[in-house]
Amino acid sequence: MSGAKNANGGADAREALVLRIARRHVARPGGLLPALHAIQDELGYVPAEAVPSVAEVFNISRAEVHGVISFYHLFRTTPPGRRTLYLCRSEACQAMGARALERHAAERLGIGFHETTPDGRISLEPIFCLGNCACSPAVMIDDFVYGRVTPQRLDALLEED
Amino acid sequence: MAAEHRVFVPRDTTARSMGADGVAAAIAAEADRREESVTLVRNGSRGLYWLEPMIEVEAGGVRHAYGPVQTSDVPALFNADFLAAGRHALGLGPTEEIPWLARQSRLTFARVGVTDPLSLDEYRAHGGYQGLARVVELSRDEIVSIVTESGLRGRGGAAFPTGVKWRTVLNAEGTQKYVACNADEGDSGTFADRMVMESDPFVLIEGMTIAGLAVGATQGYVYLRAEYPLAIRIMNEAIGIAETAGLLGGNVMGSGQAFNLEVREAAGAYICGEETSMLESLEGKRGVIRFRPPLPAVKGLFGAPTIVNNVITLASVPIILAEGADYYRDYGTGRSRGTLTVQLAGNVKRGGLVEIGFGRTLRELLEDFGGGTATGRPIRAVQAGGPLGAYIHPSQFDTPLDYEAFEGIGGMIGHGGLVVFDDTVDMGEQARFAMEFCAIESCGKCTPCRIGAVRGVEVIGRILSGDDESGNLLLLRDLCDTMIAGSLCALGGMAPFPVISVLDHYPEDLRAR
Repeated sequence: MSGAKNANGGADAREALVLRIARRHVARPGGLLPALHAIQDELGYVPAEAVPSVAEVFNISRAEVHGVISFYHLFRTTPPGRRTLYLCRSEACQAMGARALERHAAERLGIGFHETTPDGRISLEPIFCLGNCACSPAVMIDDFVYGRVTPQRLDALLEED
Repeated sequence: MAAEHRVFVPRDTTARSMGADGVAAAIAAEADRREESVTLVRNGSRGLYWLEPMIEVEAGGVRHAYGPVQTSDVPALFNADFLAAGRHALGLGPTEEIPWLARQSRLTFARVGVTDPLSLDEYRAHGGYQGLARVVELSRDEIVSIVTESGLRGRGGAAFPTGVKWRTVLNAEGTQKYVACNADEGDSGTFADRMVMESDPFVLIEGMTIAGLAVGATQGYVYLRAEYPLAIRIMNEAIGIAETAGLLGGNVMGSGQAFNLEVREAAGAYICGEETSMLESLEGKRGVIRFRPPLPAVKGLFGAPTIVNNVITLASVPIILAEGADYYRDYGTGRSRGTLTVQLAGNVKRGGLVEIGFGRTLRELLEDFGGGTATGRPIRAVQAGGPLGAYIHPSQFDTPLDYEAFEGIGGMIGHGGLVVFDDTVDMGEQARFAMEFCAIESCGKCTPCRIGAVRGVEVIGRILSGDDESGNLLLLRDLCDTMIAGSLCALGGMAPFPVISVLDHYPEDLRAR
């Protein structure tokens, strides 16, 4: 779920990478999800131009590949910011102030869910439960979970780079 | 050179979310500075989450706990000679004697927080792989019979008898069979699956291996939430260790039988916790639910007979095989046998994992274990069983925790999550959220869920804004009935439950503002 390891590089290099990943996973039973995860792990997202390549390797239609990508909340089709802030919106976090934290984050970052700050620093995503429900409210930044996050603590975490 | 001291600093998600990594680093640095010989063990968490980071030291063969420890406390702990269990304001005494822990019956969670999750030697030293050792001597029929006699029921929420499910898979025709572990623990307020996977991964591996041997399945999958990156890493590492030790692979424990295991990462769709949707996802497709029948036990993953069980269910299997069916079924009450893993979450003073026999009341859990709310205000509502579970009113807190008793009050135990709210909660907003969540997470296959949830959000919005309140309240009840009766699966079929509980018990919150 972390950010891009390899977001730069030209379109040709990207296509070669996508093909390589797709071929690596095609023989695995149910290999499409692992392939899409691997693409996202490398590029930070699953670009639209990856869809035809993946479809060809898996011998399925582009619509099917698109359908799978769009079904799952955690596949993204646009480049993420340098860091991604996942705010838990579930009930256990609501019980400890997640709604206020949500408003604070949106105000501070000046963006809503599924958006990235104009300077490309932070993407804001909703998430439904991080399993940190006894120390709520919880957020995850890239792949590290933080508990009992007050607005002040969130500000401090966002200051870190 | 002083004696070697073992210090335990948990490495589970919640402990780390509260600063455990920094504490571990500070202890190592301080020990270095003082030339104390300290071995740091990154154990799992005991689940006393309000005390995390809770560290332990072994002194005189007994583990003593301190918590919650912050990095800044570390020098003072050394000054107080905590390495020899010295007195300090954060001292909690011998860990096993902390009443919150001592009053539990930790069977499935026996090793959780005690051992280093990735030490196979420690797993074995604490009773691990005794179940499998027994299984390799038994016939498939005998294994399944023991599980049936234990009374174990699915801990994912549906509470279906595990042995019956296994028997169906055993008797189903098919050269290839599968074991699919549902580790898509999406219910808010639940973290028991995560704890098992992060803190005692071998127990799940052993449980799945037993399931495989019991029905002749050679391949298992753990369908694990992407929201649990640490659990994914630890499970993958543990699987590698088990393979190297000959406990997975072509010849499990020298039995001549094969069982392979693989983690499959989910991608953030709540519906994939529904078993048929999970199977679609494992096949690499959209997680759209399937009609039943056929049951997955007959025609499941890739069309083959498949055991689909939750993490806790499978993790309960090794001790049943090691200690016998009677040992397990002696815990519990009525038709709810064995232990229940309750997770105290949300606005609760002492949140964490409580494993106890069925039959205790909700009040005991909330007051004796939970200690009331974290904010110190009165409890106004408790949501049991995740986002599809009813909000339980304080007048119902004497309900015993067993599957049937909870059904009797229109609630469900589900995966055992209890989310506590204080008296500042706006139950009208909670009702609206229940419908909103269903709208976001609906797989879209059936109309009552796909359209009904969207209409639910709108109708509740109209009620709250004072637009024909009485007419819309009637409409909301009607909509809930339609979703319950007409939806294909539990998402649309149960999302109305929290809404109805608000209508019934908190009507003052569901009216014009």
